Amino acid sequence: MARNKRELQEINAGSMADIAFLLLVFFLVTTTMDSSWGLSRKLPPPLLENQEPPPPIKDRNVFVVLANANDQLLVEGELLDISDLRATAKEFISNPQRKEDLPEFKEEDVPMMGKMMVSKQVISLQNDNGTSYNLYIQVQNELEAAYNELREELSMQKFGESYKVLEEMTKSDSPAVAEPAKEKVKAVRQVYPQRISEAEPKETGQ
Amino acid sequence: MSKFKKDGNKNTPAVSTASLPDIVFMLLFFFMVTTVMREVDLKIKLDQPEATEIEKLEDRSLVDYVYIGEPMRTDLYGTLPKIQLDDDFATVDDIQDYVAQKRADRPEALHGAIIVSLKVDQDTKMGIVTDVKQELRKVQALKISYSTREKLDKNKF
Repeated sequence: MARNKRELQEINAGSMADIAFLLLVFFLVTTTMDSSWGLSRKLPPPLLENQEPPPPIKDRNVFVVLANANDQLLVEGELLDISDLRATAKEFISNPQRKEDLPEFKEEDVPMMGKMMVSKQVISLQNDNGTSYNLYIQVQNELEAAYNELREELSMQKFGESYKVLEEMTKSDSPAVAEPAKEKVKAVRQVYPQRISEAEPKETGQ
Repeated sequence: MSKFKKDGNKNTPAVSTASLPDIVFMLLFFFMVTTVMREVDLKIKLDQPEATEIEKLEDRSLVDYVYIGEPMRTDLYGTLPKIQLDDDFATVDDIQDYVAQKRADRPEALHGAIIVSLKVDQDTKMGIVTDVKQELRKVQALKISYSTREKLDKNKF
């Protein structure tokens, strides 16, 4: 009877903070913030010895980007600043005025869009062994941005949906969302296929 | 004089630290959620370039890393950029073995989905990066990702 009257002793929680701090410090030390974001690319398969050389491509269909060891860009024979590369590449890929010196077009059947004029563009990128990695990434990024902006415009015009959002939807777990999005993304990509070819680098002055 | 001031020698009560554990736990959970376990001990200086058009690598278990950059201990290893695979420095010739060994760790059905993430310092020259890419091509490790930081796109604001 006397026992019941005694108050229950509370557990001392004063060291809880210390324990939590210890855990916190452990996680701070063993983990990193490093992200897994990056530019995804696919390398071309290795050349076979007896492989036929690919058929030549007309000059007007090739967008030549050269980067030298001083991190300067030569685009289609002219010195260009990296900030202008995106706009120049966009004009080349889409050729809105159907200029003679910009790529040719071929009519193709694109699912969900019908007959579309698809440009025969190819972007050729060549860098020097002394080019900085930073510039290389910036060039890759601007070219990718040019494609993405054109695809975005086309997607908005044809489907009224953002290409970026469609791309996100293809990763959805529910097939009802992912499947139609995949079809649309595929159609947009068929109109603006990403063709970036990288030539073997040149060894010029370091 | 004052009505409210009682006897002056009364001690101010100590600030309650009862919520301190809660605050620390909150911090702890934040770090547990936002960070990942360290993959390797970096022996190179790694300052990645920035890009806007980037994608997230979804499945980290299918990603292998190749680090390239100037060694941190320049007094020991010099200032030329070096390749680091796992915890050690390596040469271009080791890339093929590295890829083969990483493949062997995984079921064969997943071999096609393995992505090699190139974590390269932005001041590195392209020469060594190209050499690594050529080696990767030779062993058919064709899916690569240039690891970058996210740049805030000024046009979006």
